[in-house]
Order: sequence, then structure tokens, then C-alpha cells
Amino acid sequence: MELLCPAGNLPALKTAIDNGADAVYIGMKDDTNARHFAGLNFNDGKLAKAADYVHQHGKKLHVAINTFAHPGGEARWRTAVDNAVAIGCDALIIADLGILDYAATKYPDVERHVSVQASTTNLEAIKFFKNNFAVERVVLPRVLSVQQVRQLAKTSPVKLEVFAFGSLCIMSEGRCYLSSYMTGESPNTAGACSPAKYVRWQETDQGLESRLNNVLIDRYQPDENAGYPTLCKGRFEVDDNVYHALEEPTSLNTLELIPELVKMGIASVKIEGRQRSPAYVEQVAKTWRMALDRFAQSPEQYQVETAWMNTLANLSEGSQTTLGAYHRKWQ
Amino acid sequence: MKFSLGPSLFFWPKNDVEAYYQQALTSKADIIYLGETVCSKRRELRAKDWINLAKELASNSNKQIVLSTMTLLESPAEIQTLRRLCANGELLIEANDLSAVQMMHEQQLPFVAGPAINCYNIATLKVLIKQGMSRWVMPVELSGDWLKTLLQQAEQENIRKQFECEVFAWGYMPLAYSARCFTARSEDRPKDDCQYCCINYPQGRKMNSREGERVFILNGIQTMSGYQYNLVNEVPEMASIGVDIARISADSEQAFTMLDRFGKQLVQAEKYPLDGVEECNGYWHKIAGMSVA
Repeated sequence: MELLCPAGNLPALKTAIDNGADAVYIGMKDDTNARHFAGLNFNDGKLAKAADYVHQHGKKLHVAINTFAHPGGEARWRTAVDNAVAIGCDALIIADLGILDYAATKYPDVERHVSVQASTTNLEAIKFFKNNFAVERVVLPRVLSVQQVRQLAKTSPVKLEVFAFGSLCIMSEGRCYLSSYMTGESPNTAGACSPAKYVRWQETDQGLESRLNNVLIDRYQPDENAGYPTLCKGRFEVDDNVYHALEEPTSLNTLELIPELVKMGIASVKIEGRQRSPAYVEQVAKTWRMALDRFAQSPEQYQVETAWMNTLANLSEGSQTTLGAYHRKWQ
Repeated sequence: MKFSLGPSLFFWPKNDVEAYYQQALTSKADIIYLGETVCSKRRELRAKDWINLAKELASNSNKQIVLSTMTLLESPAEIQTLRRLCANGELLIEANDLSAVQMMHEQQLPFVAGPAINCYNIATLKVLIKQGMSRWVMPVELSGDWLKTLLQQAEQENIRKQFECEVFAWGYMPLAYSARCFTARSEDRPKDDCQYCCINYPQGRKMNSREGERVFILNGIQTMSGYQYNLVNEVPEMASIGVDIARISADSEQAFTMLDRFGKQLVQAEKYPLDGVEECNGYWHKIAGMSVA
């Protein structure tokens, strides 16, 4: 099972490779990918360096071109595909049907993966991508239970990749417009959820307040940890109850599912976080490498170590982790 | 331009659903969509009930009746139900997931690509047309300008006549889908023990900020806009850029009033000031969806 790590810049990419990633995924420095953040991602020169470093170490490079092309701006998405192919990427991660069609027609020999942003959650949808674009792999959204992943893995005509660790999207990715409803920008159109430029922090008599485009997302008491105001992780009112109506600030962590995922034949476990620092990537890659190696050496004895869990919890939103939708009770 | 009544996104008792669609028959809608698009646990009407109701409506009117299908399909049982709907043998299908597109293509039958299919550009339109798409419902987050450019491209590439274009123009917008049921969560229940509580909220549950600002509506696994989208003032513009159908969502009986009002806009346009704490039109105007332009 491949360990696929994120990189938002060259130092993070090198760190990921040096700490045990089998493959790294990156994006271009524009709105063609779903982590279009200031100061992040790869321009043409860096892209070539990234490919060199990864390939010198015998590892693989995936390039995410996973937002949806704007009318009149299609050239940007096609150029992203051309450039990724030109530097010898090992796989293209694509969500837009039109861009998949372009890649499949122009570069039939370059591996195509269906991005999580394409919301592929069942066998018939997988068949659609296989039949029309000869994709090699589908990245599953974080909405399926372990049971459902297992069923899909049994019957899927293509390889499956699942999210293993990182910030938890609780909606079916690619089908969430909450961010554009509040700010005008969504992952699909602008490549970012709850974009930083709309975030405001303010100390008030009632506590520290976080706002997104002026909507109050959360208010913290002095003893509470304040987190980034991702809009689905704030506290809201439903009738008279104030609570995390959608989700708590928490991260996905599936170390304990490694034996299951391997048994199912999952091709790759993906770490979320192209927006995170090289230090983060280092800790996560190292921990997951240890866990995967430990399992490979003695599957029967595999047990999640407390130290691994602590390391990952410290890197997580709200310092807590969950199995998310994999665990039926979470739903 | 025609007007459609979109599928009701809420969970209503069977009798209410039947009564609602009897009323819909006398409404100004040219097209009626119906079916469960949100949650497979909502079984007041099962697949065969929806098919029967739709066929009955079709035989009693000149309106086009379309069966809408689920958006987030995860289990083989859900796929089986979808297959039954797609094989109804008579009625047009609104596909809200690529699984339905796949099934309709296998049967060589036309379909409507619903608002939850991610079709943002001309290249994707072409892919879907090749699959058999006869009508495209624009994703709710896109703007009038986006649409205008796209429809112009379709004209230039000579494919505009191969599909109709529909815009979600009034009602609470479907914005997100999750594995988690937020209505059950609001009652502190897990989804597996939801007790079908959505039925107690025929208009969903309102979710406000801690300052009382309406943010979203919780509707089972679906999250909706807190405000009703209202493009009543944009009807002439929609008509002029080539929108074929404006969709009025079946939120409540208010939808029938809106079908009247929207239709009249084509004859003589009137300006309706929007209520900023109940309504919005931001998406069409390329600003935050919840805003009023």
C-alpha cells in the first residue's frame, strides 16, 4: 500500500520523500488545484525540480489538477496538464470531466486518477470514469464507511485510494458549496475553502471571535483553543442549542485501519495537507512510514502505538482525531 | 422560457406529497420533477411509489414529468433503487450523480444532468451530451456571466441546440451532502437511529450564527442555503441569454405563487425588492451566494 504525501513547496516535497513517502502529490501555482493558497505550490521551474528530486529517489509524483475549468479560461487547465506531462509526472489527479477527456485523448499513456473532488462514491460512477477516460485509480471521498469501502474494493474495476490522515472534509468533496455561499469562492471554482482573505479575528467582551466574510463562525472563551474558521467547524445555534452543528475541529486519523485497508487491497493511503509546513509533513510521513513498515513486517502483531497517536494528535485540528465516516457511529 | 417545479428536497408524509403534486398539476409549471434526491432512508414513498405517482401525473396532464434521482449514493442497495428508477421505461430521468449518467447511457436513453453534477464548462457539456444529456441544470454556485459565456461558446461550437439549459431560480438551494445526518445530530442521535426525524421538519432545521444570522438549513445529510434564492428580477436577463427553463424549488406551497410571479415577469417585468434576511441572489451576481446584489 502506497504512502502518498502532500507537498505545497519544494522543501515539503523533499521532506516527504526523505521521510518515507512512496509518492508525493503537488499542484500548480494557480487556481487549477484545490489548494490555491498564497505562497503555496509550484511554478514551472520548481515543478521540474520537484520531478527530478522525486524520480532520483525512485518515487512517484502525482499532480493535482482538480478544480473545474472556467469558461474562457480552459487553456489554464489544459496547460497545467501539458506542463505536468512535460516534466514526467507519474499521474494526473483530475476532477473535471472535460479536462479528463483532454488528458485521456492527448496523453493516453499518462496515468489518470479521479480526484476526490469528482465525488465518486459508488461502483457505477467508477465504471463511468473507467469506460470514458480509462482511469487507473479513483480517490474516494471521505463519506464512506469502512464497510462501504470494503464492498467497493471487492468489485471496483480500478484501484482505490483513500484518505488516511489530515483535515477532515465532512461533506462529499466536490459537492460542497458552503464556502462560496458565504464568501463567493469555493474549492470547485477558486481552489480554496473558507479562504484566508475573508477571515477576521477580533477580541470582544464575549471572547475571541472568528469571522468568515463577516459571519460569526465561533467565539472562544479564554481557556479554549481557537482554530481556523473553516465554516463547517464553527459553533452555531439550532433552536436554543449552541454546538458544533456540522462538525468539531478535528482531523481524520486511520492508523488503526491499516490492517483492514491492506486486506481490502487499497492501492494508496493519502495524507491531506498541501497547505501544511515541511515540519508537519515530516512528522506525519515518518509516523505513517513506521506504522506501514511495522504492519508489513509482522501483520499479526500490528498495534497502533500511543506515541504515534500522540504525535498525530498534536498535529491535528483541535488536537483531536477521529475515524470520521469510516466509523459508522460518526455518521 | 419555460418554468419547472424542482423536486421537493424535504421529507414529507406520503399524503402530503400526493396532495402537493395534485396541486402542482394545476400550477403554472411546464415541467414537474419529483423523487427522493437526498436520503435513501426516506421511505414514505418507495421507488415504485414515485414511479407510479409520476406516471399518474403524466397521464393526467400535458406537463412534462421527470423523475429525479439521488445525489449521494453509497451502498449497493441505493444503486439498485436507482436502477429501478432509470429503467421505468417511460419517464425522463434527472441524474444527480454520474452513476445515473452511466445507467442512462447504457440504455441509450436521454437524461437531465441535475444541479449536483459538476458541469462547469463546454468540454464537460460535450462529454455529457455524448452520454445522452438532453438538458443541463447549472450548478447553483455559478453566475449569470459564467452561464452567458458558456452558452455563447456552445453557440460558437454549434452544440447549443443539442441541450436545454435550466437554472435553479427560486428556493432553498442544496449546497452540500455528507455521510453524516445533521438533523439526527441536532437531536443528538446517530444516523443509524435517526427515527426518520426529518419528517418533523417539513422545511428543514434552521442553523443560525450565534448572532442570530441565518446561515444554513439542515436537511438530513444535505445542507441548504439559509436564505431562499430568488432570481425573480433576473427573469428577463435569463431569457435574453438563452436560459430555456427556470426552476422553482418545491419548498412549500409558496412555490406555486412563485411560478405565477416568475411567469408574469416574461410578460411585464416588475421589480421585487428582496428581503435581505430571508432571500438572496448573490450567486447569479458573482458575489457571496447569501448576499443580495
